[in-house]
Amino acid sequence: RSTSGAEPESARARGAGAERGERREGERAAAGIRCVAYNNQSNRLAVSRTDGTVEVYNLSANYFQEKFPGHESRLQEASVLARRQRLLAGLNGEIMRMFTGINIKYDCEMSWEDPLWSMVGCEDGSVKLFQITPDKIHFERNFDRQKSRILSLSWHPSGTHIAAGSIDYISVFDVKSGSAIHKMIVDRQHMGVSKRKCIVWGVAFLSDGTVISVDSAGKVQFWDSATGTLVKSHLIANADVQSIAVAEQEDSFVVGTAEGTVFHFQLVPVTSNSSEKQWVRTKPFQHHTHDVRTVAHSPTALISGGTDTHLVIRPLMEKVEVKNYDAALRKITFPHRRLISCSKKRQLLLFQFAHHLELWRLGSTVATGKNGDTLPLSKNADHLLHLKTKGPENIICSCISPCGSWIAYSTVSRFFLYRLNYEHDNISLKRVSKMPPFLRCALQILFSEDSTKLFVASNQGALHIVQLSGGSFKHLHAFQPQSGTVEAMCLLAVSSDGNWLAASGTSAGVHVYNVKQLKLHCTVPAYNFPVTAMAIAPNTNNLVIAHSDQQVFEYSIPDKQYTDWSRTVQKQGFHHLWLQRDTPITHISFHPKRPMHILLHDAYMFCIIDKSLPLPNDKTLLYNPFPPTNESDVVRRRTAHAFKISKIYKPLLFMDLLDERTLVAVERPLDDIIAQLPPPIKKKKFGT
Amino acid sequence: MAALEEEFTLSSVVLSAGPEGLLGVEQSDKTDQFLVTDSGRTVILYKVSDQKPLGSWSVKQGQIITCPAVCNFQTREYIVVHDNKVLRIWNNEDVNLDKVFKATLSAEVYRILSVQGTEPLVLFKEGAVRGLEALLADPQQKIETVISDEEVINEIMVCVKTSHGNYFAYVQMFNSRILTKYTLLLGQDENSVIESFTASVDRKFISLMSLSSDGCIYETLIPIRPTDPEKNQTLVRSLLLKAVVSGNTRNGVALTALDQDHIAVLGSPQAASKECLSVWNIKFQTLQTSKELPQGTSGQLWYYGENLFMLHGKSLTVIPYKCEVSSLAGALGKLKHGQDPGTHVMPRFVNWETPQGCGLGFQNSEQSRRILRRRKIEVSLQPEVPPSKQLLSTIMEDSEKHIEVEVRKFLALKQTPDFHTVIGDTVTGLLERCKAEPSFYPRNCLVQLIQTHVLSYSLCPDLMEIALIKKDVQLLQLCLQQFPDIPESVTCACLKIFLSIGDDSLQETDVSMESVFDYSNSVHDEKMEEQTEILQNGFSPEEDKCSNCDQELNKKPQDETKESTSCPVVPKRAALLNAILHSAYSETFLLPHLKDIPAQHITLFLKYLYFLYLKCSENATMTLPGIHPPTLNQIMDWICLLLDANFTVVVMMPEAKRLLINLYKLVKSQISVYSELNKIEVSFRELQKLNQEKNNRGLYSIEVLELF
Repeated sequence: RSTSGAEPESARARGAGAERGERREGERAAAGIRCVAYNNQSNRLAVSRTDGTVEVYNLSANYFQEKFPGHESRLQEASVLARRQRLLAGLNGEIMRMFTGINIKYDCEMSWEDPLWSMVGCEDGSVKLFQITPDKIHFERNFDRQKSRILSLSWHPSGTHIAAGSIDYISVFDVKSGSAIHKMIVDRQHMGVSKRKCIVWGVAFLSDGTVISVDSAGKVQFWDSATGTLVKSHLIANADVQSIAVAEQEDSFVVGTAEGTVFHFQLVPVTSNSSEKQWVRTKPFQHHTHDVRTVAHSPTALISGGTDTHLVIRPLMEKVEVKNYDAALRKITFPHRRLISCSKKRQLLLFQFAHHLELWRLGSTVATGKNGDTLPLSKNADHLLHLKTKGPENIICSCISPCGSWIAYSTVSRFFLYRLNYEHDNISLKRVSKMPPFLRCALQILFSEDSTKLFVASNQGALHIVQLSGGSFKHLHAFQPQSGTVEAMCLLAVSSDGNWLAASGTSAGVHVYNVKQLKLHCTVPAYNFPVTAMAIAPNTNNLVIAHSDQQVFEYSIPDKQYTDWSRTVQKQGFHHLWLQRDTPITHISFHPKRPMHILLHDAYMFCIIDKSLPLPNDKTLLYNPFPPTNESDVVRRRTAHAFKISKIYKPLLFMDLLDERTLVAVERPLDDIIAQLPPPIKKKKFGT
Repeated sequence: MAALEEEFTLSSVVLSAGPEGLLGVEQSDKTDQFLVTDSGRTVILYKVSDQKPLGSWSVKQGQIITCPAVCNFQTREYIVVHDNKVLRIWNNEDVNLDKVFKATLSAEVYRILSVQGTEPLVLFKEGAVRGLEALLADPQQKIETVISDEEVINEIMVCVKTSHGNYFAYVQMFNSRILTKYTLLLGQDENSVIESFTASVDRKFISLMSLSSDGCIYETLIPIRPTDPEKNQTLVRSLLLKAVVSGNTRNGVALTALDQDHIAVLGSPQAASKECLSVWNIKFQTLQTSKELPQGTSGQLWYYGENLFMLHGKSLTVIPYKCEVSSLAGALGKLKHGQDPGTHVMPRFVNWETPQGCGLGFQNSEQSRRILRRRKIEVSLQPEVPPSKQLLSTIMEDSEKHIEVEVRKFLALKQTPDFHTVIGDTVTGLLERCKAEPSFYPRNCLVQLIQTHVLSYSLCPDLMEIALIKKDVQLLQLCLQQFPDIPESVTCACLKIFLSIGDDSLQETDVSMESVFDYSNSVHDEKMEEQTEILQNGFSPEEDKCSNCDQELNKKPQDETKESTSCPVVPKRAALLNAILHSAYSETFLLPHLKDIPAQHITLFLKYLYFLYLKCSENATMTLPGIHPPTLNQIMDWICLLLDANFTVVVMMPEAKRLLINLYKLVKSQISVYSELNKIEVSFRELQKLNQEKNNRGLYSIEVLELF
């Protein structure tokens, strides 16, 4: 205890308590990936999960997960199946939702050539053509109805033909006439045994007229759409081949199987100098334990996702020119956003799920112990509240006020504010009705430190300030986005004195507003990479900003410039291991009594930056676990550097200081997620 | 790599194919289109890539097509012969065959031949050949008789006639009109009947391949420019591939040359099996690919433009054939960087074609392929012969002593690039001489050669055979140590000799003893007495009282320990047996041979193995002392193998009883050790669980964490 720092006694909640809570949380994390779509122009990736959430990743920004689509995403194509509804993310950032009604729609494809057309294959075997205009989608016409349901669709790159995969056959439609010009029967044979049905899970139409199909018999087949004949067949799996994606150059494609394997096919010359080329199965990858439901092919990487919730981005080494961040295999499992908020005063944690919120009260102990001890609980954590949303929409963001008496959350179309009353052990919830119409869809919600103000970043780009008093609220002001920008803010930070509000979008810089004077104070110089987390330090009002390329800046709001420490850090540069970390920093907090400390964490570590200590250079050990106490002070001081990193809790979803001596951490063990997944296809292994 | 692709059926309509199948499939002027003539009245033009017919023509009822329709590539017309003498010529626009050009000839036509770039040739049944133009100018001209029977024809004309079991080949040059007659000699097997022919032409020779009824393929080379056209010449055929198809097929077999190196054969590989289309590489004599045709064929096969046509069941089936020059890089998809033209890779491996060039100086390239194995004798002493040549000549004539000196000299030289082949030749030469002269046995030479590490069993199978005959255990031990590929039968034969050879004859041999540790070493002796109690993984066999033989054994425990602690074989034999233990084997192939070993030898070997096991278990590491001792696994595997192979014999032998009981107890004690371990495992698991619980902090916990 003679060390330089204090020994804050930390409490931590693992999923916070009872069995039920843990299970619920698992539900969120165990949502498998249903569909992945890659867009080349914006280099973005849309991912939909089985619980209906949609995520957009910016591949140019170290695969940072941007918000749920709904604002600036200029995706041309993202077709996503989500709980019996179809979200078409595209065109001017509108989210278009088509309620399916009676039909379950299986696949939807937009023409590459002309984004104004969309195709929907239906349960009843019909293929419907929709026209998409900037403000709505309207039904154009039906194609010739087929006998069995349509499971997969693919446009010919010129937009003249469509291939539709069905059960036991593939149809090729002429778009103009709407009639099927070919029907190619798929062999049901599976390893010599005739299966009951052969489901064509995916088709891809190449510009030379070749149709590639993948089916439940484990085959990848090449068809000539002009003659309707089978050209070549590859048997690659004992189980279903479920997905296919073709590179834009059409020189390689990728398929995913139910065995968790991803195969890469390439068009390679038959001999080294010949112009004749053939499709060759080149590389198999096994990064998944469960079904690979969907694959995508970016120019430099193969992207796959499936039931095991991982999004795997496997770079094609021959396409990667320089060894940089893109050259490494990425496995994204956890959201890059903070889904947990915390009420420090009442020691409450609010967990955000796709369709509900959970409120937990932390437990307590009277015992003390030494480092590493687990203390006996005098009071266990309580599950106080389970708040379900109405309707099918997902929760975008949520927040609990520091005093614990307000909860606000927002879905795609509605904003909800609740007032909580605590009477001894009872808790009552009252919804604040009559939300003003401008508070419809919020991307981020934040309460001020004294819980009197509510800051809402709307998807239209405006920032609303709402005064809360008693059970009512009053709209104070709205900061309108600067003219010319359509980008909405998705990260907010407020200073503890309530004077300053910092807001950041995904690409433009960080704006700092003066809340007292209700005007824009300054704009932090723009940076290339999106902000992943930010916070304003108490007393000094220094804004600490973490970016997706793992850079951390400190900007003094009163001085309107970067602090000296930040300049030193930039001059010396971060440790290379720090820059190579895989996950973005999702939360930053400060110790009220230790102004030199910054607490930040990502999914696999938490770090305390002590600004008073020297920075590590590339030769020093970055991840030195907290030095053992038996070392002498001299040694400890010599090896000490500014970054104190601990990896004891991982995967770490949330960590914050509750008070000076208490730290709360929320961990999500991967084993629990795996345990909740459906069993994978059983493979006979030798000797088992 | 040659490959047959996915087959497809050309017509869903059943062709009126007779029992002998189709009349023919011929190329048309477009690459993708083929004329199919059935044995009835119809000619159909198919487009293969579309898998559908483009046109169909029939002769009148009562008429019958006797010769497959062909295309005249010069005029793009089709020609067919019906009723043997009536020639019809038509083109795509014609609908009715009755209304097209007709010419009645004076003689019966056997076949019309049409090759790209020339006018079609009409071959008459009597063997005469006429150009179509000349024939049409005077259809009734007299046709001379050349032959009288059946022919098979290809590009430049080769007619083969059978008459009373003799075969003749006629070659007529297309432009010179010189007809040359050759008699085909069938060689030793005069009874075989040629079933099918194919011919291909390269610059100098017509290669006539024939599939005989004995299932072999023979090749006959016919020179294109005959030396003496007037004389009747004979041709000898040489065996190309053996036993490609079974001799007695129901529907006949067919053969066609695909390219220089590949042939396709239609027929059943075994008498009982289904018919198969197989592609053989004649250069490497390997089967490249094959496809089963379960519905049977008519024994006809045509090959045009990368497609193989055959009658499969009732329908005409097309199998595309491709032989691509495949590169490993292409298959692996790694083609980003082409070969840098500046760098030259040094060949690291022996080129199969070159050894005779640099090694022995055979210049005859024509024979190169076959000479590799046969040469070695024809060496003449020249003033400046390379050492290798000299060595070979020495082997054939000189005395053992001299040979030894020469071999030593050669081995002392630097290793030449053809070192491998010379060593191989030397050994073969030596062995051949050994066989010829029973008194000749250059043992030291052979030992030296084996120690070069370049020999293997497959290179000189005779070596071990001779050593076995001579009972040269030292050489056998050396072979067992050096050769990686000894067949199990030979291993077993070695074992037999090792076990049966008398101790006195062993004394004279100079066996390598490195794998044997002196087991009689007294250092261990005293230890052993106390250790027998806790032997065998901590389980003493005396503890098991269930066996009724135990009492009997317990009477003389002293004897038992003595028996188990003294080696049952002399060290030299032990060394030999260790060589067997070290050799590689496959159980399935070894077991039948083990059964041939006499029972008392089996018991001896088992005793020795048991002894080794006991020695093993003395050590904590379960290994034997020594430089290269047998491992525990090898010992256990051999015990199991011997018992598996000979259990019924051994169990009846009174002298093996004690051994078996010992082994039984050994197994029993092992089982009890494992059951004890299993019991412990449960408690360990509990401990682990406890440990985990300590680490597992549950769903919610409060911990003390000292940060800094």
